[in-house]
Amino acid sequence: MRPKVIWLQGVTCNGNSHSFVNLPDIEDCLRRYDWLYHPVLPSSCTLDELSDKECDILVLEGGLKPGWRKGEFDLEKLFLRLAKRAKKVVAVGSCAVYGGVFREYDENITGVLFSGAQKTKHYKSLAQKTVNIPGCPAHPEWIAFALDAERVKLDTYNRPKELYAYTVHSGCMRNEYFEWKVDAEQFGTKEGCLYYRQGCQGPFTHGSCNKILWNETASKTRVGTPCFGCTEPDFPKRDLFATKTYMGIPATMPLGVPKRAYLTITGIAKSFHIPRLHKRLFDED
Amino acid sequence: MARISKEERKRQIMDTALRLFSKEGFFEVTIADIAKEMKMSAGNIYNYFSSKDALAKELILYISKYLGNQIRQINMQPLSAKEKIKQIVELYFKTAKERPELIEYFLRIYLSNREVFKDGCEGMICVSPFVTEIMIFFEEGVRSGELRDQDFFSAFGLFMGYLGGMVFLMGEGMLPNDIEFYTDEIAENIYRALKNET
Repeated sequence: MRPKVIWLQGVTCNGNSHSFVNLPDIEDCLRRYDWLYHPVLPSSCTLDELSDKECDILVLEGGLKPGWRKGEFDLEKLFLRLAKRAKKVVAVGSCAVYGGVFREYDENITGVLFSGAQKTKHYKSLAQKTVNIPGCPAHPEWIAFALDAERVKLDTYNRPKELYAYTVHSGCMRNEYFEWKVDAEQFGTKEGCLYYRQGCQGPFTHGSCNKILWNETASKTRVGTPCFGCTEPDFPKRDLFATKTYMGIPATMPLGVPKRAYLTITGIAKSFHIPRLHKRLFDED
Repeated sequence: MARISKEERKRQIMDTALRLFSKEGFFEVTIADIAKEMKMSAGNIYNYFSSKDALAKELILYISKYLGNQIRQINMQPLSAKEKIKQIVELYFKTAKERPELIEYFLRIYLSNREVFKDGCEGMICVSPFVTEIMIFFEEGVRSGELRDQDFFSAFGLFMGYLGGMVFLMGEGMLPNDIEFYTDEIAENIYRALKNET
């Protein structure tokens, strides 16, 4: 028997559905499950037929808002009814996990277990069975991992450690520039670290974007765009393309690094001029 | 005579060297002079420092740690930036008065003879303990909203350039008053220059 899946959409932009269909082995993944409902993929039921159904995996994409209607249904109530019977709930994307971008507009919009970093009223009843896959959008491989996974180790935001124990900084190809404190002067170049001026949140954001690459090819930081910290409860912040600094010192330190330690190391690193790191990687550019 | 540890002996050599450098000038004083002053053989001094340049570099690190540790104590206290400025100015002038050889070494030898320090003391390396604490002071002052956000070196130059200039004048015998006489006004001037006016 293939596990039965229902994928509901709350207040959402559809981004996680789009992300999911970019899974390289999407056909194999779809075949592994009995899709009772998905808003854009072939499935056996309509929304109207769901209220009495039972599923093994209930996916929520998008935020929950009390009283918000989808067709004839109060979406939150429908979600809670199905969640009670489901063996596993997967909250996909930062809106379903924390409220995300939509919560910026309306604080009544929350994730399943969290509203920002605060626990919601559903936490107690659903935390045991919920796997959170934040991201804006969530990486397709992370979604597939959560559908498949059983008894995974979760962090304090119910994110699988397998995916979120790392920082986005881990595996970034700009690490040499970070170590020697060489800034990127602009976006889109191969050279320079984006943390000091360009707003990169990779050193303090949990995620495996530089371990499990996007489109099996790249990541934001690899192509020269700062990480926006989309897997964290305080996403989205403002002014994402500039590093917030106080007297030139980044306002947020790399994860777990004391400010004094950071300033000591970077002050010393910057004292050395490494010519190779100040040149273009491809001289013919 | 009680035995003293190698570390303690090393510190004694550094204190003696600082005193002699301050009195006679860095280039005039040789390792042999320091040895004579300490009633040690020159060869024994080389057991502690491989060369005069190596001693010179250790001295700047020693001074930087000495000042850095004390500013760190100020940084750790629950004080406003205004009060911290006052305490840092007090500390700097008190050090200049009680141990003038420390500040003089920094101003007259370290900053004026970069060729001695070019290998092994580049950039921030030997002054990191001191500069790091000043950075933390500024960062926390701006974060709390009390100080105006600006480039670090604009603020650092204003603060340390001012204090260094006063100690330089003191060293030249040009100040009509004791240096501590100027503490309150200078602390107030620095605060007014750095504070957030919005």
